[in-house]
Formats: sequence, structure tokens, C-alpha cells
Amino acid sequence: MPSDMVEASAPAIDLRIPAQALIGTTLAIVGTCVFVVLVGLFGQFASRALVVDVIDIGHALMLAIALGGGAALTRRIAGPGAVLGGLLAGALAGAALAVLVVATEAANLRWMLVSLTPVTLHAIGYNLPLLQATALLAAGGGIAGALGALLACLPERPRQAFCGMLAGVVFAGLLHELIANLLQDFHSLDDWMFSYDGLLPTGAVLAAALGAVAFLRPGRARFARLPSAARIGVGLACLLALLALPALTNDFVAQVMMLVCLYTLMGMGLNIELGLAGLVDLGFVAFFAVGAYTLALLTATGGVAVAQLNFFVALPFSILAAAIFGFLFGLPVLKVRGDYLAIATLGLGEIIRVLVLSDMLKPLLGGAQGVVNIPKPSLFGLVLGTPTLLFYLTAAMAALAGYCAWRLQHSGLGRRWLAVREDEDVAQALGINLVQVKLSAYTLGAAFAGLAGGIFAGMVGSVFPQSFQLLVSINVLAILVVGGIGSLPGVVIGAAALIGAPEVLRDLGEYRYLIYGLVIIAVVRLKPEGLSPAAIKHREIA
Amino acid sequence: MSALLLEARGLGKRYGGLQAIDGINLSVPKAVIHSVIGPNGAGKTTLFNCLTSFAQPTSGEIWLNGARIDGLRPDRVSKLGVARTYQNIRLFPDLTALENIMVGLEVRQPESLLGTLLSTPAHRRTVRAVQARANELLVALDLGGRGDRLARHLPYGDQRRLEIARALSIDPVLLLLDEPAAGMNPVESHAMMELIGRLRDEYGLTILLIEHQMRVVMGVSERISVLDHGVCIAEGTPAEIRADPTVIAAYLGARAAKHGMDALEPSA
Repeated sequence: MPSDMVEASAPAIDLRIPAQALIGTTLAIVGTCVFVVLVGLFGQFASRALVVDVIDIGHALMLAIALGGGAALTRRIAGPGAVLGGLLAGALAGAALAVLVVATEAANLRWMLVSLTPVTLHAIGYNLPLLQATALLAAGGGIAGALGALLACLPERPRQAFCGMLAGVVFAGLLHELIANLLQDFHSLDDWMFSYDGLLPTGAVLAAALGAVAFLRPGRARFARLPSAARIGVGLACLLALLALPALTNDFVAQVMMLVCLYTLMGMGLNIELGLAGLVDLGFVAFFAVGAYTLALLTATGGVAVAQLNFFVALPFSILAAAIFGFLFGLPVLKVRGDYLAIATLGLGEIIRVLVLSDMLKPLLGGAQGVVNIPKPSLFGLVLGTPTLLFYLTAAMAALAGYCAWRLQHSGLGRRWLAVREDEDVAQALGINLVQVKLSAYTLGAAFAGLAGGIFAGMVGSVFPQSFQLLVSINVLAILVVGGIGSLPGVVIGAAALIGAPEVLRDLGEYRYLIYGLVIIAVVRLKPEGLSPAAIKHREIA
Repeated sequence: MSALLLEARGLGKRYGGLQAIDGINLSVPKAVIHSVIGPNGAGKTTLFNCLTSFAQPTSGEIWLNGARIDGLRPDRVSKLGVARTYQNIRLFPDLTALENIMVGLEVRQPESLLGTLLSTPAHRRTVRAVQARANELLVALDLGGRGDRLARHLPYGDQRRLEIARALSIDPVLLLLDEPAAGMNPVESHAMMELIGRLRDEYGLTILLIEHQMRVVMGVSERISVLDHGVCIAEGTPAEIRADPTVIAAYLGARAAKHGMDALEPSA
């Protein structure tokens, strides 16, 4: 009977899918762990504690991989089976890793794979003898795998709580130096939260609790019901606290926040060109350079300097020079569209850098030696010499520029930019003068970058051609993509995520660019419209 | 001939080896609805593109109100009062319905940069006036209350009417409608027909209309030009066109011509 045959063969098919999933997950976990070891990530962090005397960052990374594997398993196997599967896959992967370590030690591959030092290999097995190491790795992997599967099956609230706890510990553990630094005025906290080596277990408990609270956000619904005045009040209080942060903490924080403000300024400029008018510009750094060099030449003492103006007198000239330059920059690329525009602007930006470096302009701009001896900005006799004061200067300028950008975005000109971005031909048929509208976008966008460049020159005290690499343009572009193209709050969020985060994660050395890359990929993959999409989408829903 | 608004003389457009239109003559008096019909690929949209400088004609002349407009930039032609809609709707999809119209209105009301940045009273008055006018146009085209919606999220019929509203925003004298009733059911196309008539009556517009739905064309036009393979094969009143054997042959082939133009119009 056909129906009997189906029933008889059904269990065999059912077993094959979980088995495949199990093997696949195990191999994926082992593979990712091996990758992490081979690129040197594990070796770098095996000696650094996430939580002192409990776990190091390297092994935490491996457990996170097993956790992810377990969670992914729930897509292939349903419910409790997945937890068992996660346990099995994690344990198998741990054991396999232990065996691989022994095999690698015997084979000695270090001549080819430099990361496989004996110290690193030993560290994988917790510096224990083979059997104990195998048992420990398998147990850790199994628990992490099962936990991952369990988490994926849990209802939303408990899962959020648990993820919050994990995130809290990871955050506090990775950034312990910075947090300890911020809290240095509260000495009593130091003793039980952090030691010199890192986060203490007691501190980890606190971090987990704070993380859970941050993820669950109890009282969120009640906050949403508050009158809007109260909500604005809370928002203002948060903003004031953020502004007070550099004054309350240290120069490092002030410097990072200043850098974020500077990139926010540039982001707002590129947002006009790319976000509103749809003009790709990979030569954006040229405007920044024009602003910086203008200020340098007008304020520096000695050398190639032409005048010794006050910073605040020279700053408008920086903006003006960059704006004029933006206008001239726009002229040759007016008729160029799309991908070709990216290449054309890339070329124009490089031309500027090469010109500045050239012997021809050396008597004017100082060539590779740049312009030095730029005095710190001073306002009515008060020299803005410290990073904190410079931060407040930059923040004030960014706020002013942000207001202008906001006004422009919601003006008739802003609408014409959008119209040209959406459909150039139709915009022109509606009577819009394309030349005028595009040149105004280049001019005004460049003005923002000129302001940023002027502040940069005053802040650093010297200007060199090396500061104006293509990378700056790409960074600004990435800020827009991550924050949400065409969105002003997105520019701030993007700058904080892409400029602030890598600075804060300086502890991680070169690997912080790994995080930079991961953030960009994650945003493009998960939120293609950016972290804070353009306001128009919200208006539509409201 | 003083009442002529639009005149095309010997208009031709060649794309490489393809003569899209050839020697088209067109005379459209003021406040007249003039339709252009013809089989697919006859050159109707090319004619519209030439009239709006979307494409530059390779031969011939175009005169609007006694001024020559061929060779001008599209935005110049628009400023002279020529507005159009598109066969495949081309709104600004990520702008709201209101903003789509405001773009057109603001081209005629350029604001000062300083006024924008400082939000001066004069600037705010202008913005309020523009918004009020845009809302009037929305209401006039049955789009009242939908100003906040993104153009891309509007239903198809609304998008068609929004495109007309945007065309009206530049305060045109000549309106070119490229298949406004395409993809509409009989009830909707009847409403579109009435709307086209109303536009002429209320705004005193001269309308040039491309349309495939014969019921709309015959119901609303005063004159009809028939294009086939880029050449104007007939021109006249709806009744004359209906009876013209060359037109029927162009549409249905010579054999069907025997059965008359009524074959094109299924009885309602």
C-alpha cells in the first residue's frame, strides 16, 4: 500500500535533516573558531580577561560562536530537539577543536601560519593537559550551543533580558579601561567593579543587571504616555548630560566627541550633496582641505602664512573659500551622472591632494611640510587650548550648522534638490534649472566641509597634505550610509557609530577596523535605509 | 490664425536610423482639446518629447504664442507655460503628494537663501501661500486629505491625478497629457474624461492628449490627429476621423477597414 510506504519511510527522512543540520552546525562552529585563531584574533585576546579569573576575551569569542551556532540550529530543528542539537554540536565542536590543537602542535605549521604559536595553541586548551582540555572545551561548547538554541526558542521578554545581560558583561569587559577612567572620581566603585586587569566578577553581575535593564527598558510604555513637554524635558536633560560629559571626565572623551562633531559637520555637508541632491561625491575631502588650508594660511605665524588673523575672523573665509571651490568643483561634473560622477569626483579630489603636494604650489602651501604654528582659537582673550574647550567650540559650530542644514532641507531649495535626485528630467521639465540647483548643492555642501576643515586646522595646530586622504571622503560616505542617507539625525548617529566607536575601542588595536567593517555590513544587510532613516518615512506613518 | 497657441511645422525627429516622426504639422488654437492617436510606436510620445524639449527635433519648428520654442532648454519651455504628464507615471516617489506640487509652485516663487536660513516673516508668508495653493490643487483633483502620503504609496488612479496636479502647479497655458486614462476601468476613464473637460473649462487650458481609449478620445476632443509610422495620416473632428478609411486601415489593417471604425469601440 502506498500510504504504508510513506509512513514507514517518514522517520528515516526526519532523522536525516537533523543529522545534516547537526553536522553542518558543528563544522560551522569549528570552522569559525579556526578562522578566529588563524587571523590572530584569538591569540591577541587570549591573555586579556573579559571577567577577571572567569573567562578571557578569546574564549568568550569562541563561546559566542557556539552560541550563534546553537541559535541558528533552531531554524532547521524545532523546539527541544534544537537544544539537544545545540548541546551536541557545541560539545562535538569543542572536542574537535581540542583534537585539532594536538594535531597542529605535532605538525608545526608555524612557518606558514604565523598565528599558530605554541603559546596560542596552549591557550586554546586553557593550558591544561589534553584530556582535561578536551573535556572543558566540549563542556563549554555544549553549554553555549544549548544556551543559544534555548535563547532562540524563548519568548521575547526573557530573551531580551538574557541578551541584555550578556551584552552588559561584554560591553563592560571590553571597555573596562574607559569606564574605569570615566568613574575615576568615584574611587569606592573601582574597588569592587574593576581591577587593573579588567572587570571583576562582582562588576560583571552589576553590568549584567544594567544590561538587562537597558534591553528590557521597563517603563517604556509609561514614558510614551507622558505629555510631550515632559518627554522633551527628558531629552534635553540627556543632551545636557552628554554635553557635560567631557567636562566631567577627561581629555580623551573630549577628543573623541570633538572628532564625532567634526565628522558630523562634514556629514551634513555631504548629506546636502548626496542625501538631498543625489550627487555622489568621492572628492569631498577636497573641500575639507580647502577650508583647513585657508584657515592655516590666514592665522599661522611665520612660514608660508599670509596674515595673522584671529581664528574667528579667519573661519568665515574658510567657509567662503570652500564654497567658491565647491562651485568651481561642480562646473566640470554638471553633466556627469551616476557611477561616472563618483569616478569624476574621485579624480577631482585626488587632483587637489596632488596639487597641494606639488613643487609648483610649495612656496604657497608648504608642500609636504604643510603649514605649522597655527595658534589655538581664542575668544576675547580666552584661549581655547584644552580638548574640552575645543569640543564645546566644535559642538556649538555643529549645532549652528545643523540648524542651517535643517532649514535648507525643509526649504523650497531642499525640495528642488530632492526633485532632482528623484528624477532629473522631470524636475527640469517642471521648470527647475538643473545647473543652478546642482551648483547650489555643491557650493553649500562644500561650505559645511570648509567649516569643518577650518576648525580642524585650529584644533590640530598644523595642516599637512597627508591629512586629506581619500579615506576621509569614504569615511564621510560610510557615515551617511550607516546613519541613513538624507537624514540629519542619521548623520550624528552614523558619526558616533563609525568615528566614536573605533576610537573608544582603541584597546582592540587594529581589530577595531574589523568592528568598523562589521557595523557597515550589518547595517547594510539588516537596515538598508540606515539606523535613522530620513524623516519623511516617519511623517508618512504618523 | 491669431488664436493659435501651438504650431508645429514640419517637425521631424530621427534616432540613428529610425525616423520616429517625420514632417508633422500641428495647429492647436487656444482652449481646445486636441488628441493625438495612433498605433503603438507611431511616434506620439516622441512628438510630446519634442514639444517639451525632452528631445530636440532634428527638423522643423515649434511655435508657442508666436515665439519659437524648439531648441530651448526644458526648464525654459516649462517657464513659458508648457506642462506635461508621462505615459509611465513619473512622480517624485519619495516626496509627499503635497511636496510634489510644491516643487512646481516654488519654481515660480524662488526664496532668498537668507530668508530661508533666518525664517523671516516674509519667507514664512510665502511658504504658507505655497502650501495653501498646493492644497487647493489637491482638492481640485480629488486628492484632498492625501497631501501627507508619499507619492509612491498612493493608489494608481491618485498617482495619475497627482501628476496632473503637479503639471498644473506651474500655471501652464498648454497641458500635454500622455495616456492619462491608461490602465483605468470604464468608470475611472469616464471620470478622467470629465476631468479633462473641466480643466479646459475652468483653467482655460489648451490640452494636447495622447490616449488609446477611443471612448475617451471621441468623447472629449474637438480635433484629432492620427499618427502612423511617424507620419500624420489624418486630421479632423472626431466624426471625420471615425469615418476615415486610412485611419481604420492603420489601426486594424486594410481588410478590417470595410467594417468601419465602430470595431474599435465596443458598445458600452
